[in-house]
Parts: sequence; structure tokens; C-alpha cells
Amino acid sequence: MNYSPLLISLKAAVIATMITFVFGIYAAYFTTKLDKAKGLVDGILTIPLVLPPTVLGFFLLVLLGKNSIIGKFLSSYDIFIVFSEAATIIASAVVSFPLMYRTVRGAFEQLDRNMIYVAKTLGLSNHKIFLKIMLPNSFSSIMAGTILAFARALGEFGATIMLAGNIPGKTQTMAVAVYSAVQAGNRTLAYKWVAIMVGISLVSMIVMNKFEKMQVVKVGKGGN
Amino acid sequence: MGKEVIKILYVNIKKEFDNFKLDIEFETNGETMALLGASGCGKSMTLKCIAGIEKPDEGEIILNNRILFNSKKKINLLPQKRKVGLLFQSYALFPNMTLRENIAIAVPKDRNNKNEIINEKIEAFSLKGLENNYPHQLSGGQQQRVALARMLVNEPEILMLDEPFSALDEHLRWRMEQEIISILRTYGGNTLYVSHNKDEVFRICEKVAVFNKGKIEEINSREEIFNRPTTYAAAVLTGCKNISKAKKISENKVYAVDLGLELNCNEVDDDVKFVGIYTEHLKVSEDNKEDNTFEFNILNVIDNLFSHTLVLSPRIKDYETQKIYMEVSESQFKGIENKKSIYLHFNKKNLLLLNK
Repeated sequence: MNYSPLLISLKAAVIATMITFVFGIYAAYFTTKLDKAKGLVDGILTIPLVLPPTVLGFFLLVLLGKNSIIGKFLSSYDIFIVFSEAATIIASAVVSFPLMYRTVRGAFEQLDRNMIYVAKTLGLSNHKIFLKIMLPNSFSSIMAGTILAFARALGEFGATIMLAGNIPGKTQTMAVAVYSAVQAGNRTLAYKWVAIMVGISLVSMIVMNKFEKMQVVKVGKGGN
Repeated sequence: MGKEVIKILYVNIKKEFDNFKLDIEFETNGETMALLGASGCGKSMTLKCIAGIEKPDEGEIILNNRILFNSKKKINLLPQKRKVGLLFQSYALFPNMTLRENIAIAVPKDRNNKNEIINEKIEAFSLKGLENNYPHQLSGGQQQRVALARMLVNEPEILMLDEPFSALDEHLRWRMEQEIISILRTYGGNTLYVSHNKDEVFRICEKVAVFNKGKIEEINSREEIFNRPTTYAAAVLTGCKNISKAKKISENKVYAVDLGLELNCNEVDDDVKFVGIYTEHLKVSEDNKEDNTFEFNILNVIDNLFSHTLVLSPRIKDYETQKIYMEVSESQFKGIENKKSIYLHFNKKNLLLLNK
């Protein structure tokens, strides 16, 4: 058995999760501060969660393809996104982003608002409030969101096949490998990939639940 | 002697939100002032506007000669720059920090003897030995002390307490109230105290502003407010249970519409709208020879822990009138226990004439 899909998937998922981690937290912080445009911005940021991944992949193809502005710009530096390893990362990142963003935003919104108000009157800058109060007190949710995003990135199929294709050893991820195996009538191989993916997903969910339980212990008396 | 520090808070703001209009103006001069009102009357919003968490639609807020907010001059200081202390009922301690870190983060940046300052506060608030505990490991009383220490170490120019005790049970409340009173005495600056509890306000505050539906109806010393409220809202908030609509009959006579009684008073204003009397000020009489004394049927008796509340209505009225509530002690109750009716004396000097 060739294990390259496992490595490609893990690599894409890990890097995609790192990207989602930073942007997801930032987007969550940014939207909690918004007033009027909140609904619209939130809608745009969440849309990858509800759109079919193939539609998402199509958008990415249009956006990053060699006839697009970005594609043209990158190709002048000999960088081609479509059907590359980078495409697997981008597809996974876009699809998993809303999970991270939503989870963290939920955690930020659940923080005792009076706590933030008091921090402000005590003279703490917004930057400091974010780093020393909002982030640490949302730690378990951030971890849970990260794992959720990782699990989703690892299982990404639709957008990946649109943007990255199915090139064995280059862009063929585990999810795509299952599809290929079934297409080729190789049930045994399909079962193997399915077993590996179910295993990783299950472990991820168990770890995530551990983090969510941590939250209960840490939170003190709340209320308004 | 150093220069006298001017301690004045001046607030004059308007704000509309959720179909509600806040429109208030008041000033304090270094005393402890209560914002007394039913919930949802704009008290907490007022504090938030002063703290800079909410922005008024228009108006001005000045604290010790510093303009915190002025809509005309487009001044709106950040909460961080206002030097105001806020204390909430939930205390809002930072759960991820130890007791010591909670206090340390509030020490102004330019202090170089930070450790000394923190130690001093920990000592003063009897928190020694608990420095490394997290908020959830502290009792309610300890949490309150940490919140107070954190607020004071920041050297605010005004303290604002938003119903600090409303979630506590009674015996704890009493103890923590005593602590707050002694802290406020030593602080000696402007303090705003938001509450809907009349007893608490009476014990803690020197001045009272009565809030009603986004407006301040009355500002006065606590003695004046509690002895002579001049508005319906103030009377209700200070615990007056017996209030009737009123009509002026003559210079010293008023007709209590809801009771169907004519009451002699000292001086009746033309714009009198209500007449009221505290349950504690009603007196039982032997007969109705005295002025302002009427016979009342006893409709019901409510037993309290150390007293009884009588529910009464005027006798010889063939229509249903408003009920009168009166509190009697155990010993007083012995004499009237089996009676169907009693005579009640409304002392002239205790009648509240309310014009709003």
C-alpha cells in the first residue's frame, strides 16, 4: 500500500489548520467588535460551511486559475496554484475556516461582558484585553475549534478535487484516494483508507471533548 | 496644606435605546450618591455612559474638571482614559489570573514600586495567604474584596457600584455591606451606587437620586428623600405602600380618592396628585374622637417573622376602595387579634403629599 495520500492529507490539514487558527481567531475578534455590518460579515465568513464544497472549489478555481488576476500575477513568478500541493492546503483551509471562526466567536461572545468593561476602565488597552483576557479565557474553545477544523480539513474532498485534482503522489489525499479506489473497484484499499480516516476523526473528537470539559472547571461565577 | 482637590461629577446626557429615552442631569460633590430606581429605569445605562462603555446621543460628562464626553465639542474619551472604577455584582474578576495577578494588572503603568503597592492592598483587604488562588477558589466575600482592591489600586477618580449585593443571601449581604461602607468612607471621593433596595441605599448613601423611566425625579439628601418624598416614584421606592390619588379640597384638606376619605393636612399644594403614608406611621386609636381617625375593617392578616401586616379597608364604604397596609408588632397585635375593625389615626405631619 502506498501511504502518500496519508502524508499529503496530514500535511495539507496541518498547514491549513495553522492558517485557519490565525485567521479564524482574528476574524472572530474582528466581528465581535462590529456593530451594523455584523450580520453581513458573519454571513460571508460562514458561507463556506453551507455551500457545497464543489461550488467552493469552483469559486477557488475561478479566483486562482491561470486566467484570473491572481493566477496571472503568480504565474509571472512561475507559481501555479491549480493542481498543486498548495491547492490541497488552500481548499482545506477555506472549508475548515468557518468551523474555527464560529467556535471562537461563540467563546468570545460568551465571555462575561462586564469583565471586558472592567478591564477597559482599569486602563488595559484593547490589545492587552485580547491577549491577556479574551484568549486565555477562551482557551478550551479555541483548542476545540482547532481540532474540529483539523478534522474537517483532513476529510476535505469536494473543493480539493476541483482545485487540486487527483494526482497520485502529489494531490491525491486520503478522501480522494477512497473515491479513486472505489472507482477502480479496489474495495480492500477503500476499506483501509476508510478505517484510517475514521480512526483519526474519532481520536480528534475525543480530544476535543476533553478540551470542552476543561471549560466547565475553569469558569467561575458568571452572570450579569 | 495642599490645594483643595475639586471633586465634582457633572452629568447631563440624553440617550435613546430600545424604545427607551434616558434624559438626565445631576451633579455630585464628593459624596456617596445612590441612583435608586426600579429595574430598567436607566440606572445602569447611566453608569455605562459615564464609564465610556456606551455613548450618549448628546450631552456632557465632566469629572473633576476633565471633560469625559461632550457631544458638541466631539469629545468622547476612551474608557481607558476616564479614570473611573466599576464594580459589578458578578465582580468580573479575571478567571485566568490569580488573586495577585488580578490586582497587579490594574496598577497604573508608571508606578515603579508596583510590588509594594500590591502587597499593601492585599494586606489592607485581608487577602494575605490567598495571593496564588484563582477567583473560583475564593469565597464570595473574598471575591468582592479582590474586586474592590483591583478597582482602588487603579486610583480611579470616581467609584461606580452597580447593584453589588443583589445576588447575595441576606447574612452575607449584611457583612459585605459593612465592608463596603468602611471602604467608601476611607475613599472619600465621588461614589455612585446603583440599587433598587431602599434599605441598602439608606445605610450606604448620603444623597439619593430617584430614577423613573429614564428621568431623575428627585435628588436630595437621604433624610429628605426617605422622610419627605415628593413624587409617587420616590414614595414607592422608599417603601411607601399606602398611596392614593388625591384631590385638593382646601388649603389644609385633601380628598384621598381611592380610599374615599377626607384628610386634614398641614399645607396642600394646588398640584397635589397623590397622598400617601408609610405603614410604620399609621397608629391604632381607641376611638375616632381624634382628628384624622377613621374606622377600618380588618380584611386579612399577613404573618411576618416578627410582626403582622394588617390589610384594611375603610368601614362604612359601600363600594370597594383601595386597601391599606399597616404593620403592627407582636405586642400591638395581641390587643386587636380578635377585633373585626380598628380605628386608625393618620398623623398630619406624616402624610406625604406627592405632586407627580
